[in-house]
Amino acid sequence: MAKRVLMRGNEVIAEAAIRAGCQCYFAYPITPQAELLEHMARNMPRLGRTFVQAESEVAAISMVYGASAAGVRTMTSSSSPGISLKMEGISYLAGSSLPAVIVNVVRGGPGLGNIAPAQCDYFQATKGGGHGDYHMIVLAPSTVPEAGELTMLAFELADQYRTPVMILADGMLGQMMEPVLLPDPVDPAALPAKPWAATGAKGREPNIILSFDLDPEGLRRMNLELQARYRTIREKEVRHEETETEDAEIVIAAHGTVARIAKSVVRMARAEGIRLGLFRPITVWPFPYEPLRALSSRVETVLTVEMSAGQMWEDVRLAVAERAKTPFYGELGGVVPTPKGILREVKRHVG
Amino acid sequence: MSVSVERMVKVFEKPRSLTGAHSTYCPGCHHGILTRIIGQTIDDLGIVERTVGIAPVGCAVFAYRWYRCDALQAAHGRASAVATGVKRARPDLVVFAYQGDGDFASIGTAESIHAANRGENITVIFVNNQVYGMTGGEMAPTTLVGQKTTTTPDGRDPALFGYPIRFSEMIAQLEAPVYVTRQALFDTKRIQEATKAIRKAFTNQVERKGYSLVEVLATCPTNWHMKPVEANRHVAEVVTKVFPLGDLVNRG
Amino acid sequence: MPKGTVLVDEERCKGCGLCIAACPQKVLGFSGRLNRSGYDVACMERPESCLGCAFCALTCPDVAIEVYREKVAS
Repeated sequence: MAKRVLMRGNEVIAEAAIRAGCQCYFAYPITPQAELLEHMARNMPRLGRTFVQAESEVAAISMVYGASAAGVRTMTSSSSPGISLKMEGISYLAGSSLPAVIVNVVRGGPGLGNIAPAQCDYFQATKGGGHGDYHMIVLAPSTVPEAGELTMLAFELADQYRTPVMILADGMLGQMMEPVLLPDPVDPAALPAKPWAATGAKGREPNIILSFDLDPEGLRRMNLELQARYRTIREKEVRHEETETEDAEIVIAAHGTVARIAKSVVRMARAEGIRLGLFRPITVWPFPYEPLRALSSRVETVLTVEMSAGQMWEDVRLAVAERAKTPFYGELGGVVPTPKGILREVKRHVG
Repeated sequence: MSVSVERMVKVFEKPRSLTGAHSTYCPGCHHGILTRIIGQTIDDLGIVERTVGIAPVGCAVFAYRWYRCDALQAAHGRASAVATGVKRARPDLVVFAYQGDGDFASIGTAESIHAANRGENITVIFVNNQVYGMTGGEMAPTTLVGQKTTTTPDGRDPALFGYPIRFSEMIAQLEAPVYVTRQALFDTKRIQEATKAIRKAFTNQVERKGYSLVEVLATCPTNWHMKPVEANRHVAEVVTKVFPLGDLVNRG
Repeated sequence: MPKGTVLVDEERCKGCGLCIAACPQKVLGFSGRLNRSGYDVACMERPESCLGCAFCALTCPDVAIEVYREKVAS
């Protein structure tokens, strides 16, 4: 029976993972996602599930690799510098066709940065980060309830496509509290079996999990198969949301926390007679190029707003090309743009 | 005294748990002997249907080819962490990590120590031949002082690169491990002792006793630039003086 | 004393010589025959001395040796 609870973003992601049937959770503490670990540490053992505080983020992603290969739903979480450490492991997961959920509660960078919210890991999440030709599905929630919904979705997509899936959150989303309707839990034992998994070769040929083929022809085949899967994901799993774009002259393109702030800006601008809309990618990989391309033919300006030096901005420019103007407004270092600050930028670009 | 012979019986053949694929190891390499011993152990314990092996990066990267059980190939150094993930997900599986001296004792140092420290109920086989074979013969953390490798062409100088690391001794002083032993394969007696040790390391897991580590002093004839018989003698006479054989921990 | 014999799988043998050195009866030696991989394969030079102790098979890294022993009835 679903009930409304006031919860912090980090906790909602953890609780949603538990309700999605996450059997094993491995992570290393890092601000600003400590509450995620703490929620898992309190709740996983009493459900008979696994919580391990690993010795590093590197070890944690390797434990995820093992648990995933053994056919269970598994997750790790970290923040920017810890996600950098996981990149080799993520490449291995992708190359081995293993499902897993990885949560990045993004903080200011580069380097040690700070613990304030940021969106400067977009390139790392969507354009690689790890080595080789691979992608992760990347989901960018903008509210606490959506963080829970997208976490449930992440486990389903990971299993369906046998691919790592990232929840791209940020320090503000991780820390803020909102009322959430928690979904009904999934019973891990009721999940479909994974015949490819390393569960013990009883009554079947051994299953070998690897991402390795010394023969270039063999590795090429494996890569082509991955690329075909990514094409399918691009066709079927794009998600985005548009707010008041039907008659817009200018739209903001933003994801995550910034999109949430931008919704206020849309209201403020409309009250002053500016026909402002919002285009919000929910999947930043696969990026909603097609809907944005279509929208950009109808508007003068697509203003990208991010907590970065301009990362999603590149995908916006790819989608929009010459159809509209594509200015950028970004804040760096964990500084969060204010509604007034964004509105000021909107006004600069209107007629 | 005359005897009447009934018939010849086969007294030694390939273990059933081995696939029989022709090995990619060099002539005389002890990886092959160790692989056979592990296969024999899996046969004797009747566990092939619930065993999962974790292959490292190194000469044993193809380890998944030799056994008839499920297997994973792990990122370099991470086999002990990957084994942790498999075992925590499915505790009824018998999980073994097979790692060389780079995988276990260099890049994998943290994962090796912490799997042991958590007392993961797994079996770890650490193959110590004091050199990096697969990548062409570089120094390992276990390389002997004065030993020439491609990255210590004038011999390992402790002033520059320290001393060979006795990893099993480090693991042995942790509270959790139940069995930590160093074995070798340079003659029949050693092979028989090592077989008992491997058997114990797997039995400990089956009986849910905790973490077992078997360090095996092995040869690398190719990168030691020795013939196999000479390489065996090198282990017997030189290597065992730096890495003493025997049980360091044997609880239960 | 019971007699024994060994069978060397010549295509698996890598001519490493460990079996030759392991045999307490000095039964084995290099045959001078090269297999498809170019290795000089081991063979029984003094088969009459074989006891079927299997020391050779225990040390063979390529599991190339099978060992047979006579069953003795008095």
